[in-house]
Amino acid sequence: MDDLLSEFLTETNENLSVLDVELVRLEQNPNNPELLSNIFRLVHTIKGTCGFLGLPRLEKVAHASENVLGKFRDGELTITPEAVSLILQALDTIKSLLAVLEATEAEPPGDDLPLIERLNLCAEGKLGGGSPAAKPAPAPEPTAPAVAAAELPIPSSSGNVTLDELEALWNATPGPTSTALAPVAPEPAEEPAPSHDLVVPDPEPAPAAKVPAPAAAVDNGPAGTEAAAKESAVAAQTIRVNVDLLENLMTMVSELVLTRNQLLQILRSQKESEFAAPLQRLNHVTSELQEGVMKTRMQPIGNAWAKLPRLVRDLAHELAKKIDLQMLGADTELDRQVLELIKDPLTHMVRNSADHGLETPAERLRSGKSETGRITLNAYHEGGHIIIEIQDDGKGLAIDKIKQKAIQNGLATEGELATMSDQQIIQFIMKPGFSTAAKVTNVSGRGVGMDVVKTNIEKIGGTIEIKSQQGKGSTFVIKIPLTLAIVSALIVECAGERFAIPQISVVELVRAAADSEHTIERLKGTPVLRLRNRLLPLVSLQQLLRLDDEEGKDKKDDETFIVVTQVGTYTFGIMVDRVFDTEEIVVKPVAPILRHIEMFSGNTILGDGSVIMILDPNGIASATGEMAMGENVSKEATSVQATRQEDKMALLLFRAGAGAPKAVPLSLVARLEDVDLSSVESSNGLPVVQYRGKLMPLVPIDPGFVIQTEGRQPVLVFADGDRSMGLIVDEIVDIVEERLVVQLTAERPGMMGSAIIAGKATDVIDAGFFLTQAYKDWFGSSSTEGYEEEKSQQRVLLVDDSPFFRNLLTPLLSVAGYDVTAVENATEALALCESGEDFDVIVSDIEMPGMSGFDFAEAVRQGGRWSAIPMVALSSHASPRDLDRGRQAGFTDYVAKFDRDALLYALQQTLSEQKGAA
Amino acid sequence: MSNAKLPTTTKKAKGDEIVSGGNQDYVTMTIADQLFGIPVLQVQDVLGHQRITRIPLAPPEVAGSLNLRGRIVTAIDVRLRLGLTSRPKDKPGMSIVVDLRGELYSLMVDSVGEVLSLSNDDFERNPATLDPRWREVSTGIYRLNGQLMVVLDVPRLLNFTTMEAA
Repeated sequence: MDDLLSEFLTETNENLSVLDVELVRLEQNPNNPELLSNIFRLVHTIKGTCGFLGLPRLEKVAHASENVLGKFRDGELTITPEAVSLILQALDTIKSLLAVLEATEAEPPGDDLPLIERLNLCAEGKLGGGSPAAKPAPAPEPTAPAVAAAELPIPSSSGNVTLDELEALWNATPGPTSTALAPVAPEPAEEPAPSHDLVVPDPEPAPAAKVPAPAAAVDNGPAGTEAAAKESAVAAQTIRVNVDLLENLMTMVSELVLTRNQLLQILRSQKESEFAAPLQRLNHVTSELQEGVMKTRMQPIGNAWAKLPRLVRDLAHELAKKIDLQMLGADTELDRQVLELIKDPLTHMVRNSADHGLETPAERLRSGKSETGRITLNAYHEGGHIIIEIQDDGKGLAIDKIKQKAIQNGLATEGELATMSDQQIIQFIMKPGFSTAAKVTNVSGRGVGMDVVKTNIEKIGGTIEIKSQQGKGSTFVIKIPLTLAIVSALIVECAGERFAIPQISVVELVRAAADSEHTIERLKGTPVLRLRNRLLPLVSLQQLLRLDDEEGKDKKDDETFIVVTQVGTYTFGIMVDRVFDTEEIVVKPVAPILRHIEMFSGNTILGDGSVIMILDPNGIASATGEMAMGENVSKEATSVQATRQEDKMALLLFRAGAGAPKAVPLSLVARLEDVDLSSVESSNGLPVVQYRGKLMPLVPIDPGFVIQTEGRQPVLVFADGDRSMGLIVDEIVDIVEERLVVQLTAERPGMMGSAIIAGKATDVIDAGFFLTQAYKDWFGSSSTEGYEEEKSQQRVLLVDDSPFFRNLLTPLLSVAGYDVTAVENATEALALCESGEDFDVIVSDIEMPGMSGFDFAEAVRQGGRWSAIPMVALSSHASPRDLDRGRQAGFTDYVAKFDRDALLYALQQTLSEQKGAA
Repeated sequence: MSNAKLPTTTKKAKGDEIVSGGNQDYVTMTIADQLFGIPVLQVQDVLGHQRITRIPLAPPEVAGSLNLRGRIVTAIDVRLRLGLTSRPKDKPGMSIVVDLRGELYSLMVDSVGEVLSLSNDDFERNPATLDPRWREVSTGIYRLNGQLMVVLDVPRLLNFTTMEAA
């Protein structure tokens, strides 16, 4: 049988049993809205799934029932026993249909019109009292379920554990403990358990001749008992075990692990002990047992995703959209129970993304996207959490619609909304009964959905985060903490208290002391550490947790241990006083009243019996404020990346003067020098230094900077031809490869603007400004004039879409004596041609939005006044093929983008050739 | 929780949900010489002095956590919760372990007394003039021989959100 179908059957049967109970309870307490919405959701889920599996008959019945329940929920109908029994009848019908479905893998022909009609009547409030006369939808003959039960292989979902695994567990369990495990291997059941019980114990695989019916709870009817005769092949391989049992087992194993740790701790303190050998054995056995039990609970998340491709396909079909579903990290394992709980939310969210998020192909084309929408699921472990991202590149959440709806539903007033950020407004979609879908479709729009998602995720202690960008798409990030797992943790001490740090996020340990090679330095009080030529930001655990030294201030800063921790891409050091051992710990959730403290992911009991808090590196990272920043960068980077692909460049980061770190493209820097300040002389009132037999002017970034007379100072040397100048900086920080996006243009001379580099706001300096400053002062006006005279007639047209490169090249070329006109695209350039401008040479970028450099060259060469102007192409791709293509298009020369010398040379060559030719 | 909104009149001898004439069993304890009681069925354990792990950043009333036979129990300093000064360091004190929605909490008190079976006739609502902090965590008062016993409402005692708002 189709996996999907069998899973659906299991799930629906389970849901139906719950529904039976819940409906009866509802009848007793008709005023319990929680109960009602739970019922509504269950029916909604059944309806939804039926729709996707193409089971119209079931879907119709479920849909009609849902309508009635919807009316209940909205208070339009009062809950009467008649109505409830009608719903129950509908459920019975669904059950019998399911039974046939199990047997034949197809819905029985026919329809359930009488029932549906009555449900609709009821929904309209026209159902009179007690008219349950007409038995609806002839229930399939009792034989059907019987056959079904016999043939149906146990659905491969959920709590199945292979017998091998259990067997292994059994064997691994040491003697006395085995009693605790006894219930795992179920005794052959006397008779099949009633179907209300979600789990039916299966027999041991061995010689069981008389086997009770396998798990699938089929029907409340009598069918089950007779159906027990045949033994399914699958049944021999796997058995279905109650999750609670596994849960219990896991807890017991956790306790065993703790006890083992305790024993080992005692053993360590005793040199010679006859217990050593057996304890060693116990140790191994426990480890294996623990691993085995963990395995029974872990499942790849791909299992929960298995039915999504089909769902998306069907949805795409139904909604006439083109959808590409990408699933990354499907083998990320997570706890079975967690998996079970997030399965529905995930399905809901993918459905939402497909239905609400993605646009129709026509709309997408109109907004300049590819026809096919993309939904990306991504799962990965991050610092003890599992992160699941559901991302679509659709239209994003409609903030305006959400606002309207929020006002309509009385959740907020217009005034309140006006003061809210978009982020806050987005949160409204998590409220019950909130759906912005204009019409109620089969797929979604009933306003169950995001609130269910949120409740389910929060139930397992997870969080959900929404990011949305109008027109670009939305991203849902689900973060699920590992609530019950054994992890290896590093035990550290700070201010007399011990803490555990999950080993998974610890990269290395560094000892910093006055006598060691590592010392902690401070930048305006902020501690940092130089680690392999990188600056590592440090976090003082003592300050972070506001711990005060109980033993007064006798502890000096002479020895500190730094736990280098990585969260995502952000690496930082946690300063602690001492580092102990690593220990296996069982993460236990903290008490509810402490759950708001983000620094802790849980607590545990150590081998010595004391309670210890487990630090959450994620929480620490976000508390130190870096996390958000880091995320922004990556987001920024990816969104830009979508439009342009290359352009990573090496940047030199340094500090000079107050304020943000500064950066300059490395390609502009000739050398880094460390100047002995005592050798600085003054010439013409300006500091100069003798450098390679010449005098080099030193220019500080901050004009008010006073050069010390002693010590050494790092200097960036910019060289051009035989001239060079030194830019005085305070400290050279780093060299990074990063895409440079100047986000804010600065008004200040000498600054090109600000960009995010290495996660920090950084001023990008305009090297050209400092060059001219130095040149003017140093070479004097006459020389500059003479220099300019030579080439003053030569006009350069620079075409580049990147403002950064325009800003970079314009001063560079100006300094070289060219008269530069910069435009940002080919169209503008051609417009200049139209308007009668003349140039001696055109320098053009190749990759530009709209008209590319090649097209531009062709357009220029096609005729017109400019057809004879030499053209130089600038590109980050400078392979021979590109060169050929460039020549063909009409470029005179082709230069790699970051090679300024080559560019200047090429211009010179081109122009002299031109002159020679003329 | 129905008595969260107390009528202002104090002359109501019997609690609404307490059957008149019946008996209730309470574990008694003293905090700063005042007698308190907790319904005996809510009490899991009585502990002597325990080693407690401090929890940084926790509300001040949370003294820390401790290990009770393999379970982690959050220790609450009832003195601080009631707006009293914390217990002098030299006095060891005792704890009563209660269960709230599956979580164990250890209520740190000065000393734990005996179990008293008290007649509902002696029960009385909180006087309106009672310190609001006490009124918030107490369901009522028993008139005992020679002294009064304040009945602590465990869920409200452990509900820190209302306190943060206050």
